[in-house]
Amino acid sequence: MRFLFYLINGISLGSVYAIIALGYSMVYGIAKMLNFAHGDVIMVGGYAAFTSAVTLGLHPVLSIGVAIVVCTVLGVIIESVAYRPLLEASSSLAVLITAIGVSYFLQNLVLLIFGSNSKSFQSLIRIPGLSLAGGTLVISGEMIVTIVACIVIMLALTCFINRTKMGQAMLAVSEDKGAAQLMGINVNGTIALTFAIGSGLAAIAGVLLCSSYPSLTPYTGAMPGIKAFVAAVFGGIGSIPGAFLGGILLGIIEIFAKGYISTQLSDAIVFGVLIIVLLVRPTGLLGKKIQEKV
Amino acid sequence: MKNLRKVLCVTMAAAMTTALALPAAVFADDTFHIGMIGPITGAAAIYGSAVANAGQLAVDEINEAGGIAGFQVEYTAEDDEHDAEKSVNAYNSLKDKGMQMLLGTVTSAPCIAVEAEAAADNMFLLTPSGTAVECIQAGDNAFRVCFSDPAQGTAAAQYIGEHGLAEKVGVLYNSSDVYSTGVYATFRAEAENQPFEIVEDQSFTDDSNKDFSTQLLAFKDAGCELIFVPFYYDPAYLVLGQAADMGLETKWFGVDGMDGILSVENFDTSLAEDVMLLTPFSVSAEDELTQNFVAKYKEAYGEEPNQFAADAYDGVYIMKQAIEQAGVTPDMSYSEICDALKTAMTEIEFTGVTGTITWDASGEPTKAPMAVVIKNGAYELMD
Repeated sequence: MRFLFYLINGISLGSVYAIIALGYSMVYGIAKMLNFAHGDVIMVGGYAAFTSAVTLGLHPVLSIGVAIVVCTVLGVIIESVAYRPLLEASSSLAVLITAIGVSYFLQNLVLLIFGSNSKSFQSLIRIPGLSLAGGTLVISGEMIVTIVACIVIMLALTCFINRTKMGQAMLAVSEDKGAAQLMGINVNGTIALTFAIGSGLAAIAGVLLCSSYPSLTPYTGAMPGIKAFVAAVFGGIGSIPGAFLGGILLGIIEIFAKGYISTQLSDAIVFGVLIIVLLVRPTGLLGKKIQEKV
Repeated sequence: MKNLRKVLCVTMAAAMTTALALPAAVFADDTFHIGMIGPITGAAAIYGSAVANAGQLAVDEINEAGGIAGFQVEYTAEDDEHDAEKSVNAYNSLKDKGMQMLLGTVTSAPCIAVEAEAAADNMFLLTPSGTAVECIQAGDNAFRVCFSDPAQGTAAAQYIGEHGLAEKVGVLYNSSDVYSTGVYATFRAEAENQPFEIVEDQSFTDDSNKDFSTQLLAFKDAGCELIFVPFYYDPAYLVLGQAADMGLETKWFGVDGMDGILSVENFDTSLAEDVMLLTPFSVSAEDELTQNFVAKYKEAYGEEPNQFAADAYDGVYIMKQAIEQAGVTPDMSYSEICDALKTAMTEIEFTGVTGTITWDASGEPTKAPMAVVIKNGAYELMD
């Protein structure tokens, strides 16, 4: 019973990580850059949904829509203002540092607008939970929606990349920017689209994260963002199914470590497992090793 | 050009020397000068402005009633933005203006820095709300109005034991926070002497303060009747929500960090129904002192006073009582006043809005803790 309880909670926590990791992995896979501001875009999505649902009193579905639009626009703006000039001009290190800068910028901007007081985010998900084994095991509506959303998004992204022209363009850009441009692909447009999709996903992740764990502060996105990044690396960064698998496993390991070993050591155990996996499989669980011919 | 710069330098230097040589005392000599330092702006502004306001309120009351032993009181508040360095600057600036006693500082980290200076100067320091143990440890010049962090743990254990609230107690604390671990450690030590047993203790860290399911399950399995939660209201409100989702039925007991849970935006306060917490002050207390203070504060500043305001209001009256006990006069230097007051502080018994308090030479207050329980979204005093 205890085992089942931990497993369910682990999957639920893991699916939140997974949904964030999908955005990380996708942007990395295509633009070859680590968008450390991803966690903060999630937080902005949370605030957008909170403002439209609570302050403006919109319908939950509508407020999720508002959050997606806000984050998508934000993602495209960040890409064009902060990243694109650097991607063209200088090293990837500069872009990485800029991403950290954008992360702080977003945190402080929200701090300025909404203040540092935490807000209680009432769940936007109105689906009743499942009660198993005579009420001792409860699977909440948020858990179900998060897991389903995660699987749907993963499948949709995989299809989009493999089956559509835009997706093929993304793959081409990720393999070789120069060659893709020569073939007539609009590289900048493709990268902007990647950011738009990644940020839209971040909005959904933000709503689901805040619905499952109803606390909203300007720093809400920071730690889940880092854990999701770990999940993405764990599963093989750049791989969409890898991000999903990495996220779920990370959640399960974290909850089991807390439950069976120690609540204080759980983070140390999670990151310890990451190190071991990377020692054995440097590209992560599902990462592909790309051999480059000289 | 070069000459011009030289002339400018000399002029500046001359101006600075003159400024230094000017007599420091800006205040008149027949009044007591109380300085106050706290975060009046910035992220912790809610605490500092409460202390600044309530201190002013108390000083105005005293002056209206004829002052302390016939002398008027002047009260000057300086902002430190909850920054240790700015706090020390504010301290020096107040000292230059002739401060004789310090009400402050409001928050712990700046207070520790200022106390180091004040101890070296032998300046009387009374912190209304600096809860860290180190706030008053640098010298014998410093006293405290509120409970220290560890004292709250002891007080909470005694309260639970004496009132027979539970036999099986669980503790959840934040192992990455010095405040929370400090309270937990003393609670655990005092629990040995109390008629209840800690059957389960669980912790979390700032990095994993979202999911409490494993900890809550452990409490449920251990059959805890009461869970002691010595950490801030954020993330306490998350814990309460998840416990309700799990169907965990238990009593909750928090300390002063829980104060504020009712003002979390959009929080469903019914989740906090029946939560108990130790707090130095309750606006709903029915004694005349509290009623008078709450009414006057509301009239002057348009909001209900919080515990910081209450500590500061008492702080000024504590100074008054100690001054009267020691018989000091405003023409004495701050060092002489401090020497007289530190003896007087150990002799007085003060009764104010935060209870009846006595002090020993260490500067720590001794008083009965006040416990409130949340009923229908408001504090209600427990007996």
